Amino acid sequence: MSLRARAGGPQMMRLVGSDLACVRGGREVFRGVAFTVGAGEALLVTGPNGAGKSSLLRLVAGLVQPQQGRIELEGCDLELTIGEQAHYLGHQDALKPSLSVRENLGFWAAFLGGDAQKGDAALAAVGLNRLAHVPAIYLSAGQRRRLAVARLIAIERPIWLLDEPASTLDGAGQAMLTELMRAHLAGRGLILAASHGPIGLEGAQELRLGQQPDQRTQL
Amino acid sequence: MTALCALLVRDLRLAVRVGGGALIGVLFFLIVVTLVPFAVGPDLALLARMGPAILWLGALLASLLALDRLLAIDHEDGSLDLILTARVPLELAVSVKALAHWLTTGLPLVVAAPLLGLLLNLDPKATGAVAVTLLAGTPALTFIGLVGAALTVALRRGGLLLAVLVLPLTVPVLIFGVAASNAAIVGPVPFGTPFSILCALTLISLIIGPVAAAIALRQGLA
Repeated sequence: MSLRARAGGPQMMRLVGSDLACVRGGREVFRGVAFTVGAGEALLVTGPNGAGKSSLLRLVAGLVQPQQGRIELEGCDLELTIGEQAHYLGHQDALKPSLSVRENLGFWAAFLGGDAQKGDAALAAVGLNRLAHVPAIYLSAGQRRRLAVARLIAIERPIWLLDEPASTLDGAGQAMLTELMRAHLAGRGLILAASHGPIGLEGAQELRLGQQPDQRTQL
Repeated sequence: MTALCALLVRDLRLAVRVGGGALIGVLFFLIVVTLVPFAVGPDLALLARMGPAILWLGALLASLLALDRLLAIDHEDGSLDLILTARVPLELAVSVKALAHWLTTGLPLVVAAPLLGLLLNLDPKATGAVAVTLLAGTPALTFIGLVGAALTVALRRGGLLLAVLVLPLTVPVLIFGVAASNAAIVGPVPFGTPFSILCALTLISLIIGPVAAAIALRQGLA
């Protein structure tokens, strides 16, 4: 199992998962999952609750080790793991309540290697520029999610791993997110999104998990 | 380097803002040490003899108090996931977190120790010896505690388990910390001997702590 990437040209970036199996807490979540996402493409991961959508995204990010199978990123920086080239937007927004909106974003931009100058532009893009000085504890769930999305713009990474990205966003927020995802794809980025509903991206492949209940045996 | 500075600044900011609990450890230290004269009674000679041990025990317990916040909070709000996907080596990231933790919880204990020495009838020389040994020894407590914090990070209310895990490992630090203080006060061993061993323990923990914590964090996620 190697999470290290293989060599290739920058335009040839391709994320390939083959024969993946994941076990959480002694229970097999999925087995035999395979996918290929190229530059400028999106993969929508769907399935019922507990089918392993979040587990698959965490697996790609390197936060969970696969039971078997491999994930490879072709055509990228060899020195970096897939997780180091990916944004992981999970259920938690990774915000500190006592820091202001700008401080939260500024910290992640500096820590994850982004451009601190882009912070304000990113806040404007998600509609939070007027709340930049407000401590994050006063934000609503939707505003917290917007701030987490601002991280995706402020720091450039080619792969976006989005877990239910629109769950707490209002209509305008979802439209904003769809626009940002389109822009990311247009810039030759990759998106893996777990979602119950459509995410508004035309031409996105769909990977449906949890369809073979006979394979989900107890270990 | 910018990334590590950003992490240090963030953790220091979080500690001094509302709910950060930077001074809780010092207050706890103050209360523990203040209780001892009441329990032992006004026997000044006895207090002076027990003084270094009491200050060291108080500092040990106080530094344990905030340890469960060291990594658990970042785990709860999802920050730890992002720290793991950063390009900064995890060993360095947890070292910086432990350093910020020591600056906000360990260093105040060192500063408060001379003040509390007055309550225990320690003369200036003895107080100085205790403060120096605490300065050399408390980083070891934090970095040993870092391993325990990493092991219990995914457990809710892991604080008690953390204390049970970490306290036995701090025994050598306690022994040589108190031994060095006593050597400076009553002899006959020269101060340098136990103090060098205390410094060695700290240096070892500075290396082993972050490496072990990073391994524990990566394993915990598997």
